[in-house]
Amino acid sequence: MAREIPDGTDLVILPGGFSYGDYLRCGAMAARSPVMQAVIDHGRRGGLLLGICNGFQVLTETRLLPGALLTNRIPAFICRPCLLRVESTATPFTSMYAEGQVVQFPIAHADGRYTLPDDELKALEDRGGVVFRYCDGAGNVTEESNPNGAMNGIAGIVNEGGNILGLMPHPERASEAILGGVDGCAFWRSIFSTLQERRV
Amino acid sequence: MTAWHVHVYIQLKDGVLDTQGKAVERSLHSLGHDSLQAVKIGKYVQLWINADSEQSARQQAVRMCDDLLVNGIIEQFSVEVEGE
Repeated sequence: MAREIPDGTDLVILPGGFSYGDYLRCGAMAARSPVMQAVIDHGRRGGLLLGICNGFQVLTETRLLPGALLTNRIPAFICRPCLLRVESTATPFTSMYAEGQVVQFPIAHADGRYTLPDDELKALEDRGGVVFRYCDGAGNVTEESNPNGAMNGIAGIVNEGGNILGLMPHPERASEAILGGVDGCAFWRSIFSTLQERRV
Repeated sequence: MTAWHVHVYIQLKDGVLDTQGKAVERSLHSLGHDSLQAVKIGKYVQLWINADSEQSARQQAVRMCDDLLVNGIIEQFSVEVEGE
């Protein structure tokens, strides 16, 4: 099994899926697989690290991101488009969005309820670590617009260093019109722009 | 060295909403179990561990819980050791 990532890697993406069958806890065993030490080192060095859905679950299991993703408030697999409010454009992944912008990405998960002890939740909010929140069409964060019961409607967060982002919705599934929307394109343009700046 | 049979019980911490437990509670109520007050669903893991002593087996089991079996943010656990 691979234990290294290629030299000069700019971005590591942990994609969605059902790693290890979601056995024990979602992402628990993937987070402890041999290659993950190299991934963790990449993140600790400031390399860009992105976890989508199961990837977000893996990142919380490594403790690179705080919190845990629990079974949805209604314990069912939810697979549908959802609306998100962009809370922070101060990350390499969201710089091309506007703050407060409402975007549509699909979700497809049974365990997306972001949970954190109260004091850690306050710390996360206070430092501006929330990047996406579930919202309605007008950008209001409401209980109805929250598909899974995640605390404070949190859909995606970034670490203190700003280089590691985890989110439950799928920007890669909102990047071609034929899939139903292109709000995800700015996500990849943001990353590309950041990497270009880093090269200069 | 003996093979110790270890029982690990894993539960969500108090204060963490157990949505599976709630769903099962509702189903049991709808089946007529009116006296049911609450349901909590956890995990039961059995380990067979080679160790020189019960204490060593317990320590190794606890380390396995810390390393993988239990997410300390949201879960609590207890360990029971029985001899072979």
